[in-house]
Amino acid sequence: MSKDIKINKGLDIKLVGVAEKAIENAIISNSYSIKPEDFHSVIPKLVAKEGTLVKAGETLFYNKDNEAMKFVSPVSGEITEVQRGARRRIDAVKITADKTQTFLDHGKFDLASDAEKTKAHLLATGCWAFIKQRPYDVIAKADSTPKAIFVSGYASAPLAADLDYTLSSKEAELQAAVTALSKFTDGGVHISVGKNSNSPLANLQNAITHKVSGPHPSGNVGTLINKVNPVNKGETVWTINAQDLVIIGELLLTGKFNAERIIALAGSSVKKPRYFKTKLGSEIATMIYDNGVERDGNDRIISGNVLTGKQVKPDGYLDYYSNVITVIPEGDDYELFGWNKPVFNKISTSRALTFSWLSPKKKYDLNTNTNGEHRAFVTTGTYEEVFPLDIYPMQILKACMYKDLDEMEALGMYEVAPEDFALTEFVCVSKQPHQKIIREGLDLMLKEIG
Amino acid sequence: MGLKQNLHNFKEKNKDKKWLPAFSAIHTFLFLPNETTHNGTHIKAADDLKRTMNTVIMAMVPCLIFGMFNAGYQHHLAFGEIQQATGGFLSAEFWTLDNFSVGFWKVIPLVVVSYVVGLAIEILFAIKNSHEVEEGYLVTGMLVPLIVPIDTPLWMLAVAVAFGVVIGKEVFGGTGMNILNPALTIRAFLFFAYPTWMSGDKVWVHGAVERDQMIAAGQNVDAISGETILGSLAQGKEVAYSVWDMFYGIIPGSVGETSTLLILLGGLFLIFAKIGSWRIMLSSVVGALIMGLIFNGLVSAEVISEGSKFYGLMSTEFWQHLLIGGFAFGTVFMATDPVTASQTNKGKLIYGFLIGFLSIMIRVFNPAYPEGVMLAILLMNVFAPTIDHYVVQGNVKKRMKRLKAKVA
Repeated sequence: MSKDIKINKGLDIKLVGVAEKAIENAIISNSYSIKPEDFHSVIPKLVAKEGTLVKAGETLFYNKDNEAMKFVSPVSGEITEVQRGARRRIDAVKITADKTQTFLDHGKFDLASDAEKTKAHLLATGCWAFIKQRPYDVIAKADSTPKAIFVSGYASAPLAADLDYTLSSKEAELQAAVTALSKFTDGGVHISVGKNSNSPLANLQNAITHKVSGPHPSGNVGTLINKVNPVNKGETVWTINAQDLVIIGELLLTGKFNAERIIALAGSSVKKPRYFKTKLGSEIATMIYDNGVERDGNDRIISGNVLTGKQVKPDGYLDYYSNVITVIPEGDDYELFGWNKPVFNKISTSRALTFSWLSPKKKYDLNTNTNGEHRAFVTTGTYEEVFPLDIYPMQILKACMYKDLDEMEALGMYEVAPEDFALTEFVCVSKQPHQKIIREGLDLMLKEIG
Repeated sequence: MGLKQNLHNFKEKNKDKKWLPAFSAIHTFLFLPNETTHNGTHIKAADDLKRTMNTVIMAMVPCLIFGMFNAGYQHHLAFGEIQQATGGFLSAEFWTLDNFSVGFWKVIPLVVVSYVVGLAIEILFAIKNSHEVEEGYLVTGMLVPLIVPIDTPLWMLAVAVAFGVVIGKEVFGGTGMNILNPALTIRAFLFFAYPTWMSGDKVWVHGAVERDQMIAAGQNVDAISGETILGSLAQGKEVAYSVWDMFYGIIPGSVGETSTLLILLGGLFLIFAKIGSWRIMLSSVVGALIMGLIFNGLVSAEVISEGSKFYGLMSTEFWQHLLIGGFAFGTVFMATDPVTASQTNKGKLIYGFLIGFLSIMIRVFNPAYPEGVMLAILLMNVFAPTIDHYVVQGNVKKRMKRLKAKVA
């Protein structure tokens, strides 16, 4: 039963620097890095030592809690460094890629296999890392049975990569992945596509497609879950990013773990924003500086979008789940009377001498300034305007802050992920770190309730 | 950019100093800080708390200026120095420089004392608790002079502000944590500690109290009286003002609360700016109208006889309640305080309605002090979390029901 989903609450943040629809092969970086911190709550056990040679798809480390869950190398090459932080925690596994890539062959997978076999195959090949679960927004527990699986095929976040474009002509891979995933659940694989889109995800077998429309976060998978089949206590749902279905699909069809991904390089600091073919874990510097980002510019480089992405240094790496790199100016300067003068060049949901309501179509060049200092929660009603889920946002945030597990549970904590609170964080007058508060709340629940 | 750089260097140099919040409070008024995002969203909307509070203050400025003119006008009128204004809102007798200067020199000290005492305490607490000075007092500090009688002694105001800020706000943890509206806490303190200065027929006109004292000292001068409309009604006297006078605000009353017209404009501005809650304002007006209608109904059903002490206020046309006393000001500027009001949208409707309803009820039945809006808002401040609790429970129950439906 497909269902059209239209949301009214939300906010489209229109920014300068949308990627133009042209793909270039990124200058192949030979430096790659896989960071365990991308796999939240997983404690890695290293398999590959410094100096060993690995093929693409060969195991780098596994999950300490579940030895079967492997995390694999995106490229073939030599492991040049295992970076460690405090208490010998593994920060990153760095790989220098070979000139010619060789792949570990997992063999073509029989898509008619049952769930157990499919699960074992995905765990062993490193593809399990792409499957996340709610509650807690972590990599799915291998022994969990999801009541349904959700994929968002519609990117509504600011400057997001257009999935219709990046996934085009990948129907076969997408179909293979969806067929395999559909084995795991009786509740169906739910896929959202934009209402007027031409998505390669729209006509897949073994899937239920929903047409979504409305402002961001209409494309968030959390919105889809909330409108289709919200998570209750004791239930689990899985979520997978649409672009990662391609990697899973290709592995199933060919036996190769091909970490190739089409990403958008966007943002107002990029001279010619467009799409690039690269690999996950790839070093960012080579790609951005050769393509119109000032080398000594005062810019913020983000692996991901401006609302949920991670800040990376110029020598940083594309993280495991992102399909966009955003570069915007830093805002580390003072502004004379910035708190009371009329504002025309910033976005606001109020009209308190802020005039973005006059030009809803205008694209803005925003920087990283917080536009004010951190304060206690004061105003009310502003979050609700941009928050489409059937949850009280401020109340749940406060419950997380005072760590009342019962209240967090009652208010809907099992249903949410930090990214659902990105817009409320953006509009927050008190500049509270909503996503961090929710992440810490989820971690607390994971630890206490599990 | 000498100033910008110098201030920045000064801030960096004194990073670890205890008193830095005091400097930052001033620094951030000059410059929007250079703070950038780190984790979470990398961009932020333009609004901060300063801008929000500033918008509320802008909405109150017309009331403040009008209050200055009105203070002078009421003074000169009571002393028989000028004629009654007859030309409506734009009367030439009202908008004179003479009126303004009398009012200005009475009102500005109130504003200054309110801000200096309040902000000093805020800064002290900010330094003590080593956090930044929060902006809550910017609005409170402006509200206070607008809701007190013009001749309130400054020392009294200073004591009340200190009490209100410390007991009403800081003991709960400062801005965002308080249960009662700080401005109303200050006013309530004044009212219960110094009742003779806060009600009666002498305090609303500048000079009336002084004249009383002269008479008591044996001087042969005429007494001055400036009864508010509510005071007249409560005593069953004729009201000497037309409905338009009430609407324009050319009547005795607290400094900034008389002009329903300007309060209405301020309220519309706040709703348009999406700073003030239209839900609270609207439902409060509806609540007041309904209570007024009930009283009118009792009068026309002859339950209340003309001799009753409640007759004067009960028989007041229901919609006129909106124009008299502090109802309009309280509804627009005090009931909508987001910290002490209900925080859920549904809760705001209930909260506002009850404020309107109770304001008029208290107004009619309270013989000692014929204004109800202050007490109604303070009462509902206390009940706002309860209202929210039940609204949120509705959402929680929905979730439980969903779970049960699954299990069954």
